Amino acid sequence: MANKTRVPAVEGWFTLDDEPRLLGNRCRKCGSYFFPKIASECRNPGCDGTELDEVPLSNRGTIWSYTTNHYAPPPPYVAAEPFAPYSVAAVELSQEKLVVLGQVDAAIDPATLHVGMEVELTLGTLYEDDEQEYVVWKWKGVANRG
Amino acid sequence: MGDHDVAVLGVGMHPWGKWGRNFVEYGLVAARAALQDAGLEWRDVEFVSGADTIRNGYPGFVAGATFAQALGWQGAPVASSYAACASGATALNAARAQILAGLCDVALVVGADTTPKGFLAPTAGERGDDPDWLRFRLLGATNPTYFGLYARRRMELFGATPADFAKVKVKNAAHGLTNPNARYRKAVTEDEIMASPIVSDPLRLLDICATSDGAAAVVLASLDYARRHSLTNPIRVAAVSTVTPSYPNTVIEMPNFATDSAAVAPAPAATFRDSIAQQAYAEAGLGPDDLDLAEVYDLSTALELDWYENIGLCGPGEAEKLVNDGATTIGGRIPVNPSGGLACFGEAVPAQALAQVCEVTWQLRGEAGERQVQDATAGLTINQGLFGHGSSVILVR
Repeated sequence: MANKTRVPAVEGWFTLDDEPRLLGNRCRKCGSYFFPKIASECRNPGCDGTELDEVPLSNRGTIWSYTTNHYAPPPPYVAAEPFAPYSVAAVELSQEKLVVLGQVDAAIDPATLHVGMEVELTLGTLYEDDEQEYVVWKWKGVANRG
Repeated sequence: MGDHDVAVLGVGMHPWGKWGRNFVEYGLVAARAALQDAGLEWRDVEFVSGADTIRNGYPGFVAGATFAQALGWQGAPVASSYAACASGATALNAARAQILAGLCDVALVVGADTTPKGFLAPTAGERGDDPDWLRFRLLGATNPTYFGLYARRRMELFGATPADFAKVKVKNAAHGLTNPNARYRKAVTEDEIMASPIVSDPLRLLDICATSDGAAAVVLASLDYARRHSLTNPIRVAAVSTVTPSYPNTVIEMPNFATDSAAVAPAPAATFRDSIAQQAYAEAGLGPDDLDLAEVYDLSTALELDWYENIGLCGPGEAEKLVNDGATTIGGRIPVNPSGGLACFGEAVPAQALAQVCEVTWQLRGEAGERQVQDATAGLTINQGLFGHGSSVILVR
């Protein structure tokens, strides 16, 4: 696995550095945030802005809710074999005032998740093939960090 | 009587199940049943409104014409509507608009589906610009994933328990026990529900509705037409709400990755789901206290509890008490899902909102048999289609 190339499972949705960020965009006129990025025109009906800047979103937020899936989803999800349950969290970003979904890092015990818990963005494997490891954003705990 | 009322002359269904046949067959059965119920001939229909299915190829995308052809071309204009789970209400509203505009007197609305087994999956292909495809691909966010998020939030915010959720299923299973159109007609216990496999924690298999084959049809007419045909007191459609959300929509919803941002524009006073019912009440000139029953979209047991609050039966966090007190059981203050709901039917997407209308019509006529809600005079249906489709119908007699 060490010699596999690490590639994003989707282009342009997040950065690949040590402190990864989701990439949204923000209306230059009214300041509204969007994730995933929208192609053109602010979607705030009270704004006629047409120019949007790519912005990294806050890498920390608090859990709005969470769930753990015990059945493998259908394609196009690429389920690991054998299938292992995985958690999905909806996380509130206070600056952007939006809630964004993400899988929860497998290192977190789902039993420790709770609404209001602080989490931080990380990258994790979504699936692999013979040559490449496809990574996606995930939420991890922040409790053990300084 | 409202200025926008139209009459329900007939309703009909094909029983829900996993029959594995072409959806058109089911639609025909439902359409014929609704026409017979209305005492009309197919040739009397002046407008055909189809609710589309996206899982059955081209004929499903042009459902109005598909059903018109199957019934035998007779020249009536058609429309076909797709609004996910709200397709039936959208098709109903298209028919209602034709009647209210004076463009026709009688319209037939039909929705039918044949569904595959298991999770509803996005349509095939590599579609990197389709959020419905991407949420499966990047998150493994099935429909029950979103239901699980809502259920867990009820638990943490309001102290709801899995036993509360199970009570919804026990109630609905009891309601649907003798419904001839229901797929599942079997009583179930809280223990059985809480021993079923976990799907999307905290929801278990018996908390989540199945996918089904089925069809439902409704014949609508102008009140003048109903009078001319000696129907002096027909069931009336008093409101149809097909609203979209107001920006910013701050509740995470299928198939989205994120909510809108409330950083600039403040969140509206009513959530999207609240607004669906509010629009229907406003149009009908009624409120929650005027209802005798409701058919709500119980995709999951916990979601039924959310709907109690969205349609104003109780305040936030009070829904568990309502189901535990038996208020939403037939015989209680405000029976919910007397048909048995999705718990007993499973979801047949384009037919489901119309099935809700069929049930309320039977209830208001006093024809619901053992599941009859006594002296019902007003009922509401509510539902939501992914990608921002409201669906609510208020029927009165």
